[in-house]
Amino acid sequence: MAESGNEIVTMKGIYKSFPGVHALEDVDFTLGKGEIHALVGENGAGKSTLIKVLTGVERPDKGTITLDGKEVSIRSPQHAQEMGISTVYQEVNLCPNLTIAENILIGREPMKWGSIDWKTMNSNARQILHGLDIDIDVTQTLGSCSVAIQQMAAIARAFEISSARILILDEPTSSLTTHETEQLFGVMRKLKSEGMAIIFITHFLDQVYEVTDRITVLRNGKLVGTYATATLPRLELITKMIGRTLFEFDDMTKLKLESRQHIKGDALLQAKGLGRSGSIQPFDLELHAGEVVGLAGLLGSGRTEIAQLLFGIDKPDSGSITMDGKALKNFSPFSSIERGVALCPEDRKVAGIVADLTVRENIILAMQASLGWFKHLSLQKQYEIADKYIKLLNISTPSADQPVKNLSGGNQQKVILARWLATNPRLLILDEPTRGIDVGTKAEIQKLVLSLAEEGKSCMFISSELEEVLRTSHRIVVLRDQEKIAEYTGEVGERKIMQSIAGSD
Amino acid sequence: MKQSKSSFEWKKVTESRLFFPLVAFALIMLFDLIFIPGFFHLEIKQGHLYGNLIDVLRNSAPTIVLAMGMTLVIATGGVDLSVGAVMAIAASTACIMLNPNLVGYKLADVTRESDPTYSFTPLFFVFLVPLIISAICGLWNGLLVAYGKIQPMVATLILMIAGRGIAQLVTNAIKIIIYNGTFLQLGNGWLFLLPAALYVAAIVFAIAWFITRKSSLGMFIESVGINSRSSFFSGIDEKKIKLFAYVFCGICAGIAGMVAVSSIRTSDANQVGLYFELDAILAVIIGGTLLGTGGRFSLLASAIGALVIQATTTSSLAIGVPASALIAVKAVVVIVVILLYSQQVRDFIQKITSRTSQKEAKS
Repeated sequence: MAESGNEIVTMKGIYKSFPGVHALEDVDFTLGKGEIHALVGENGAGKSTLIKVLTGVERPDKGTITLDGKEVSIRSPQHAQEMGISTVYQEVNLCPNLTIAENILIGREPMKWGSIDWKTMNSNARQILHGLDIDIDVTQTLGSCSVAIQQMAAIARAFEISSARILILDEPTSSLTTHETEQLFGVMRKLKSEGMAIIFITHFLDQVYEVTDRITVLRNGKLVGTYATATLPRLELITKMIGRTLFEFDDMTKLKLESRQHIKGDALLQAKGLGRSGSIQPFDLELHAGEVVGLAGLLGSGRTEIAQLLFGIDKPDSGSITMDGKALKNFSPFSSIERGVALCPEDRKVAGIVADLTVRENIILAMQASLGWFKHLSLQKQYEIADKYIKLLNISTPSADQPVKNLSGGNQQKVILARWLATNPRLLILDEPTRGIDVGTKAEIQKLVLSLAEEGKSCMFISSELEEVLRTSHRIVVLRDQEKIAEYTGEVGERKIMQSIAGSD
Repeated sequence: MKQSKSSFEWKKVTESRLFFPLVAFALIMLFDLIFIPGFFHLEIKQGHLYGNLIDVLRNSAPTIVLAMGMTLVIATGGVDLSVGAVMAIAASTACIMLNPNLVGYKLADVTRESDPTYSFTPLFFVFLVPLIISAICGLWNGLLVAYGKIQPMVATLILMIAGRGIAQLVTNAIKIIIYNGTFLQLGNGWLFLLPAALYVAAIVFAIAWFITRKSSLGMFIESVGINSRSSFFSGIDEKKIKLFAYVFCGICAGIAGMVAVSSIRTSDANQVGLYFELDAILAVIIGGTLLGTGGRFSLLASAIGALVIQATTTSSLAIGVPASALIAVKAVVVIVVILLYSQQVRDFIQKITSRTSQKEAKS
């Protein structure tokens, strides 16, 4: 616990409601100097709203915010920044067409003779990134860098604001590799020792235990409690977050064992020497009905590339795919949907949701696309389908007519899942279906995958979280550096797969 | 309780897409009511309705037709600057087919210049061929944008500039006066009290509404405009959708061109459809479809947007604004409407209204 008197921020009795939802109800939150404070909870628990209130994006309906012992009203994000509150958002919020240096120092460019001093600017930026152990050409455009580097640039930008005393990191690690995450943690610890107060929002519980001092748990917009990290066992934390115990995870193991018997012998889809230069080396792969195949590997190891080849986003330049014994010739999402293949893409925001369309329209989109322009589903039929999947997947939305952008991340993910389930696929490829969503929904989705397999669908499950891949998959394919390295059937240890990913024996 | 219910409904009204275009139209009408005596005067002469209001409706017909196609193009995230030029091409083509002799092609033995029944080509083709040509113009734009991946503004700029030249070539740069009675009906005729042009606009509106809202095309167009990558992943062929929008927009321009040339009775490649692309884009913007980003659209709101523009023009002329200064007046109207759409201004208005409703609740 931070000693009293050490608090830099105190939020008391915060209320905030949106049409139809109480996003925050009577939430208290304190942050001490030189503290890393985890903010955890399921989707829709109110983490983002709390942060938005603190950063001036939203005004609270009720409640007080005290900064350095003085009650303040935060009028806008800019106002928050002036008061020393700096934020890195979940999605990278930078300009991809500017250079890394420009992005880091935008608005604070060093000047010389009334114009920007590029030399100093670039060397400053290099220095800042050097502090993060990143050695990179800062004059290349941000868009040409990996997501991880972009994320680091965003973080560098946030704490480069010299007056920053409070740093908020909203899911900064969801697209970082282990090594990059370690780098980030190093930086966080360094800043902490300099007295910076850090709020760290993440879904990775490992990271919570690795780096934080205290944990505040929210659930359904209400405060569950604030705990010292060292004294809160992990299982108890999960119980507090989802409000129920984890027996369900044991159920899953059973479910997986049972569903194994349903795997069909004949291959539904067979890839032979399939490859595309620059994205994935030629590989062989067989997918069977009733089976979940997991793809394990680091970011950029070729997981997404395999998914996109199988779904026809990219065309292969070597090898062949056969489905039901017939070789495929047309590669496009449309012909894949016709064949009964579905891909739930990695990047929900960029390739998944259509933000301004309603939940109903988002759900029927792929199904309608496969029917074509003129076999129009009647409105009644559309509502029927939408309501069916809202119920089946437990999507929390006020109505099927809600624009999908108003839903929380986890619910948006479920809407996209619903879109693909509605096409009644035989092969469902899920690329990071649980990224950035909470433990409870994660478990729901994992269970859903297994029960779909049991119904006779073939599933491909891609995830950065090895534990999750292990828990859901009957068979695991390991990738490293755009190459298929190994394939494991049956129960395998996490350690063995890790070694295989790392390339050591 | 009753209070909260009525304010809820009010909110529903203000959130409707038609709200702002209708408010803008109502404001102009209110202005006319106060400042222009007899603006709302209607009379029946020889079975035709006459009056300023009817003028507004009739003159807005070409813009409404254009706005239908433009709405779909803008909804896909694009824009079509060439519609004015395509109007001129369609108009020139129709005129040359009516009477090529006037331009000195000497295709027929007799020159029957001012005979209202004469048409060199069967009338059916006089209407059809310009439509086909304007569809080809749309196809050209669509291919450049969807398959050539050229920015819509740049891609359609090509035809905007080249189109007037093509129209000049078609008529040998000669202005053709139209004598054919049937063709003249399009822009000047009357049917059941109302101008024939209005029926043309109504039919185009109905067709556009039907093919977008009674099929899935409307949703696909919106989906492509909002997020083309997601749409592609969902199996929607975004290129074909865009191509369709531009072709449809081209056809609309062709229809508008024939209506326009019929009402001014002379094909003049430099005048037909001049600045109409701006009116059409403005109509769509007033109708609330977002230029640049695309997405959600409403054909009815765009049609009302076209009426707003024409009402502005007619009212300005009626109070004596010189024709040369018209564009300035239009600019004012556009600024007001666009400000109403800006999120900043909307938040501001919401703040004021929520304050007054709080006061009401307290008292």
